[in-house]
Amino acid sequence: MNLHGFGPQLLQGTLMTVRLALSAVSVGLVLGLLGAIAKSSRHAALRLLGEGYTTIVRGIPELLMVLIVYFGSSTMIGAVLRQFGIDTYVELGPFLSGTVALGLTFGAYATEVFRGALLTVPRGQIEAAQSLGLGRWHCFHRIVLPQLWRIALPGLGNLFMVLLKDTALISVVGLDEIMRKAQIAVGDTREPFTFYGCAALIYLGLTVLTSGGLMALEHRANRGYRRARS
Amino acid sequence: MITMTHTLPPALQADNIHKRFGSLEVLKGISLTAHDGEVISILGSSGSGKSTFLRCLNLLEAPHEGRIALGGEDFKLKRLKDGSLVSADPRQITRLRASMGFVFQSFNLWPHMTILENVIEAPVMVRKTPRKQAVAEAEALLEKVGIADKRNAYPGHLSGGQQQRAAIARTLAMQPRVLLFDEPTSALDPEMVAEVLNVINGLAEEGRTMLLVTHEMRFARNVSTRVLFLHDGRIEEEGTPDKVFDDPASPRCRQFMASHR
Ligand SMILES: Nc1ncnc2c1ncn2[C@@H]1O[C@H](COP(=O)(O)OP(=O)(O)O)[C@@H](O)[C@H]1O
Repeated sequence: MNLHGFGPQLLQGTLMTVRLALSAVSVGLVLGLLGAIAKSSRHAALRLLGEGYTTIVRGIPELLMVLIVYFGSSTMIGAVLRQFGIDTYVELGPFLSGTVALGLTFGAYATEVFRGALLTVPRGQIEAAQSLGLGRWHCFHRIVLPQLWRIALPGLGNLFMVLLKDTALISVVGLDEIMRKAQIAVGDTREPFTFYGCAALIYLGLTVLTSGGLMALEHRANRGYRRARS
Repeated sequence: MITMTHTLPPALQADNIHKRFGSLEVLKGISLTAHDGEVISILGSSGSGKSTFLRCLNLLEAPHEGRIALGGEDFKLKRLKDGSLVSADPRQITRLRASMGFVFQSFNLWPHMTILENVIEAPVMVRKTPRKQAVAEAEALLEKVGIADKRNAYPGHLSGGQQQRAAIARTLAMQPRVLLFDEPTSALDPEMVAEVLNVINGLAEEGRTMLLVTHEMRFARNVSTRVLFLHDGRIEEEGTPDKVFDDPASPRCRQFMASHR
């Protein structure tokens, strides 16, 4: 396969895609956990907030989400700054916009995954922690979270694979990730099959790597459960 | 000597505990004073409120009325909108709970940690005991309850009796002033009951202060210094084991004892 010297460009694009995916998933995991806690809260206002977040984000097509965050954020930041008498144009930029848009989306779906997992931690284990004097944070962080993680991991893994491919959408706002590098190469060489094929292979490769990583994580998280209660 | 002990505040004191679930009034004013070294068994038919009372004592359930004190220190309580009482001071309640060991019917070990990790968790995280020391103490406790060889096993790989003994070790690791047992052998296969009762008996012989909700009548009689019989959310009968088992004043208690020989 002749890449006409675009190999390094594609490699750069791949690194950008990976960086974006990792930064979006970090944001998304935090949002998902907060969403699940909000939705499981005793307080009606928090439940409503969680409900609103997941409903709105899941109701908007991904591509639209990217455009709204990218163009909307500069309008909004501009409006806020004008309130303080500052008249400049500020924008999040493609990378940050992509992180926010994909993170918001991942978080909304992850909320449901985490919420389901929360329900599987038996009440008695939390009572045991309380009865030993563990505070709320210790209890969540040491008892609930590790078990949540184990239950949620397969579902989160799936969401991450979707996220990985959705990073291609950020090419529309000009982020130099795999997709955009491929488009540039195609425009230059008029060999769409070569470069789109290449891009497809890269995404596939990343997915395979992710799969392997997830299996290792699941294996680790399942310590102590194997052969248990057979 | 006797006057000395009576000037000390009781290990645990509960006054006039009321609790309801919705419109169902489960506890209708229960009071109890446990002095150091007392072993008090709480008996009664199913649904009489025994577990609920025990759970109210460390606020796993929120009572609607009452006062609780541990070693003379009153629990600071505040009333929620629904009328129930919860702790008004998170620091105090975690500290007091750590001094009241609670052993559950269903063990409630944490499945993602080994037995040793289960036992050292609270000492290391709450008491800030250095890890090395916590491990040494935990090993001694596991030795004491007879499962030292299971230290690196996960709870899911242990029998019920072993899990309950591990749970007792976990509770003891916090060096509690009072131990509360909530039907500790009810979830066990019959052949495993004895190994857990042996451990509890050993603790009684050490002079630990304990409250025990149980259906093991013979054991309760042998181990207790005092027995309470609950009926319908009230203390129906109270006294020495001999008195409550052989010569209760209440007809209901007499009937219960007759049917649980
Ligand atoms: N969380 C709860 N919600 C509603 N009712 C409860 C709850 N826990 C206990 N009860 C009711 O309270 C009563 C006393 O229960 P419990 O204290 O478990 O009795 P015992 O331990 O003597 O068997 C029962 O009628 C039971 O159904």
